[in-house]
Amino acid sequence: MSETYYQSYGIVVALLIGGVGLVAVAFGAARVVAPRRQLPEKLTTYECGIDPVGEGWSQSQIRYYIYAFLFVIFDVESVFLFPWATTFERLGMQAVVEMGIFVFILALGLLYAYRKKVLEWV
Amino acid sequence: MATIQPLREETMIINMGPQHPSTHGVLRLVLELDGEYVVSCRPVLGYLHTGIEKNTEYRTWQQGVTFVTRADYLSPFFNELGYCLAVERLLGIEAPPRAQVIRVMTNELTRIASHLLWLATTGLELGAISIMLYAWREREVILRIFEMITGLRMNHAYIRVGGVVMDLPEGASEQVRDFLDVMPGRLHEYEELLTGNPIWRQRTEGVGHVPGDELVALGVTGPMLRAAGIDWDLRKQLPYCGYETYDFDVPLRTAGDCFARYEVRIEEIRQSLRIVEQCLDRLEPGPVMVEDPKLRWPAELSVGPDGIGNSERYVRHIMEESMEALINHFKIVTQGFQVPAGEVYQAVESPRGELGYYVVSNGGNRPYRMHIRGPSFVNLQATPRMVEGGLVADVVASVASIDPVMGDADR
Amino acid sequence: MIVLGFFLTAPMGIGYMEHKVLAHMQHRLGPMEAGGFHGWAQLVADGVKFIQKEDIIPKAADSWVFTLAPAVVMVPYIAIFAVIPFGRTLWAENLDIGIFYVLAITAISVIGILMAGWASANKFSLIGALRAAAQLIAYELPLILASVAVVMQAGTLSLVGISEAQHHYWYIFTQPVGFFIFIVASLAELTRPPFDMPIADSEIIFGAYTEYTGLKFAFFLLAEYGGIVAFSAIASVLFLGGYQGIPVIGHLIPGFFWMSGKVGALAFFIIWLRATYPRLREDQLQRFAWVALIPLALADIMVTGVVKVLVK
Repeated sequence: MSETYYQSYGIVVALLIGGVGLVAVAFGAARVVAPRRQLPEKLTTYECGIDPVGEGWSQSQIRYYIYAFLFVIFDVESVFLFPWATTFERLGMQAVVEMGIFVFILALGLLYAYRKKVLEWV
Repeated sequence: MATIQPLREETMIINMGPQHPSTHGVLRLVLELDGEYVVSCRPVLGYLHTGIEKNTEYRTWQQGVTFVTRADYLSPFFNELGYCLAVERLLGIEAPPRAQVIRVMTNELTRIASHLLWLATTGLELGAISIMLYAWREREVILRIFEMITGLRMNHAYIRVGGVVMDLPEGASEQVRDFLDVMPGRLHEYEELLTGNPIWRQRTEGVGHVPGDELVALGVTGPMLRAAGIDWDLRKQLPYCGYETYDFDVPLRTAGDCFARYEVRIEEIRQSLRIVEQCLDRLEPGPVMVEDPKLRWPAELSVGPDGIGNSERYVRHIMEESMEALINHFKIVTQGFQVPAGEVYQAVESPRGELGYYVVSNGGNRPYRMHIRGPSFVNLQATPRMVEGGLVADVVASVASIDPVMGDADR
Repeated sequence: MIVLGFFLTAPMGIGYMEHKVLAHMQHRLGPMEAGGFHGWAQLVADGVKFIQKEDIIPKAADSWVFTLAPAVVMVPYIAIFAVIPFGRTLWAENLDIGIFYVLAITAISVIGILMAGWASANKFSLIGALRAAAQLIAYELPLILASVAVVMQAGTLSLVGISEAQHHYWYIFTQPVGFFIFIVASLAELTRPPFDMPIADSEIIFGAYTEYTGLKFAFFLLAEYGGIVAFSAIASVLFLGGYQGIPVIGHLIPGFFWMSGKVGALAFFIIWLRATYPRLREDQLQRFAWVALIPLALADIMVTGVVKVLVK
C-alpha cells in the first residue's frame, strides 16, 4: 500500500524535474542565441527614466498584516475541513453540527474583526 | 562590528514619471509612500518645454498661429481661436459671421475629440481596455473630418487672424451630420459599459475629491470645477464667437470626485453635439476672412491631392495677371501686418478649462510678449491636494481626472 | 512528456485566443500577418523573438533569485497538469488527494512573484510583490472553501473521482455559489483583470516583472496563460463535470473533447472579463474577499453539509 502511495508521486516528481529541465534548456538556448551587450546605463534600475532615489530594498509598510493573521487562522481551519469533507457523510448529522460549531466560532471571530473595523486597509 | 540598526519608520520616495505609462506624456510626480499610501506628492513639470511663448516674439502675427496650435496638442483649435481672438481684439476687428460659425463648429468638434481621448486614456489607466478603442474609433471620425476641412489631423493652423484660412470643402457638412447621427448611440454604448459598471464606480467614486472652494482657491477651471458644483463656463460667463446665441446647457455635478468629472465630460460631449448641430444650421454662404487687404492672408488655399496648398487659380492670378497682387502677397507674407500697441487678455473655454492668451503689442509686426494661461498647468496644482492620503492606485485615477496635456502645461 | 508538450502548446492556444477575442470585442482584427492565415503563428513568432532578446539583469538586483523566479512561477503550473483528468483514462496521475495537491501547489507560484519583486531591487517591483502577497491572502481561502464544498458533495479528493461523481448532473447546478466564488478567486490567483493589481501596468509599470526582459519575461507570460488553462481545467472538473458530456449525446463524443470544450469556454469567459471590467484596487479586493466571499463560502459549506446528510 505505502509503496504504491509513494509511487503515485513518481510522475509528479518526474514532471517537476521535467519542468526544471525545460527551464534550464530554455535559459541555455537563450544564453546562446541572445545578444549580450551590457552597458552601465542599461543595467540601472528602472524608475521612470530618473536615477533611482535611495535603494530598491527600501522599507515598506505592510498595511494588511491583520488580514495575514486572519488568513493564517482560517487557512489552518481549511486544512481541518478537507479530511472532514470526505468522511462526514458516514458520521452523519453529528459531524455536521460539530463542524458547524467550529466554523461558527471562526465566523464569529471574523464578525468581531469586521465590527472592530480592522477589516480596513489601514 | 555588527550593530543592530534601530527600528526606523521609513518612507519610500518613488518617481512616478516622466517615463511612466500613465502620466500623460512626461509629467513627473515625486511620491513619498508609506506602504501604498501617498504621504506627499510633488509634481515636477518642464519636461516638455517647447518655448512656444518665446518663439512667437520672433515671428509675425500670422505665423504665431502655427506655434500656438502645438501647445495643447489635443485641442489645437482652441489654441488657435484664443490667440486669434486676442490679436483681433488688439486690431479692433471681428471675423465675418460664417467664419465665426466655422470656428465654433471646429472648436466643439475638438472638445468632443479631446473628451473622447480623455475617456480612452482614463479607461486604459483604470484597466478598462475596451473603452479605449471604442473612444478612439469615434475620435478617428472627427480627425477625418478635420483632415478633410484643414488638410491635417492636428496642428491645423486653420483659424487665422481675421477669420479662417479657407472655406469648408464640399461635403464637409454632410460628414459632420453623419457623425452627429452616429455619436449619441455610441455615447450610450460608453455609458452602458462604464456608468453602471460596479468596478468603474468603485474606482472613481469618492476618489480625488476636492471641494469647490478649494478648487477656486487653486485656480482650477473646466470640467473639474463644474464637477464640484461651481457653474463657471466661459462660453456662458464671458461669451466669445457668439456663444451667447447658441442653445446649450452647462452640465454640473456636485460630488467633486473622479466619477463626477467623468459624468460632466460625457454630458459635455452631448452638449457639444447640440452646438455643432446648431452650427450646421447657421452656415450661411459668405466670406470666411475679413476683406481688408492689409490684413487678410493673401493666399487662396485649397486642399489638393497632395495636401493643403495655394489654389491653382490664385497662383495664376499673382504670377500672370496682377503685379500688385504679387507685391501685396510678398509684403503680407514676409512682413506681416502691424498691430496697434496695447495689451489684451482673451480666454476661451478649452476642454480642460480656461485657456487664456495674454498678448502685448508695441505696434510692430510681431508680438512684444505673449503668455498662455494653460489650464493643464493650473489644474495640475490640485494634484497634491487630490492624492495625498490616498493610495498609489488612486494617484493614477486622480491625475487622469485632471486631463493634463503636458504641451499645454509646459509650453 | 505529453504533459510537458501540452503545457507548451495549450497556453499558446489561449494566448492566440486572447489576441483574437479581445481584438474582435474591441472592433479590431488582432494579429493577421504571421503564418498567413489570421496570424495563427503570431505567438510562435513572439516566442522566437523572446529567445533572441537580450537578457538584462540590473546591477542592483540579486541575480540568483532574479533568475530563479520565473522558474518558480512556472513549474507549479506544469505540475498541476499531472493530476488533471482529460478523459476517463486520460490522466498522468490520479492522486487520491488531487484537489488538495492542486490548491497547495498553485500557491507556490506566488512565492515566485515575491522572489521576482524582491530580487529586482526596484520599488515598483516591490510594490507589485507586496500586492501579490496581499492578493494571495485575499483569494486563497475562498478558493479552498469553494473546493471543500465540492469535495463534500463528491466525497473524494481525487479529481478523477470528482469527475466520476458528476455522472448524473454537474455540480454547477448544486453549487452555483461555489462556482462563482471559485471563478472570482481563480481570476485573483491568475492576476487577471479585474484583479491584475500586482502587475497593473498603468500604476506600477509591470509590478514584479518590471525589470525582466527576454525569455525570463516570456516565462511569466507562459505561466499566466498556462495558469488560465490550469484553472479553467480545475473549474471544469470541479463544477462542469470534467470529461463528462451532457446526458443524451454525451457518450458520442470522447471525453477529451468535452473537457477541452469546457476549458476553452471558461478561458473565453476569463478573456471576456478582461475586455469588460476595469481594475479593482487592492484594498477593495481584500474587503470583497473577507466581507463577501469568505462568509459566503463558509455558509455554502454548512448548507452543503446539512443538505447532504438530510438527503441521505
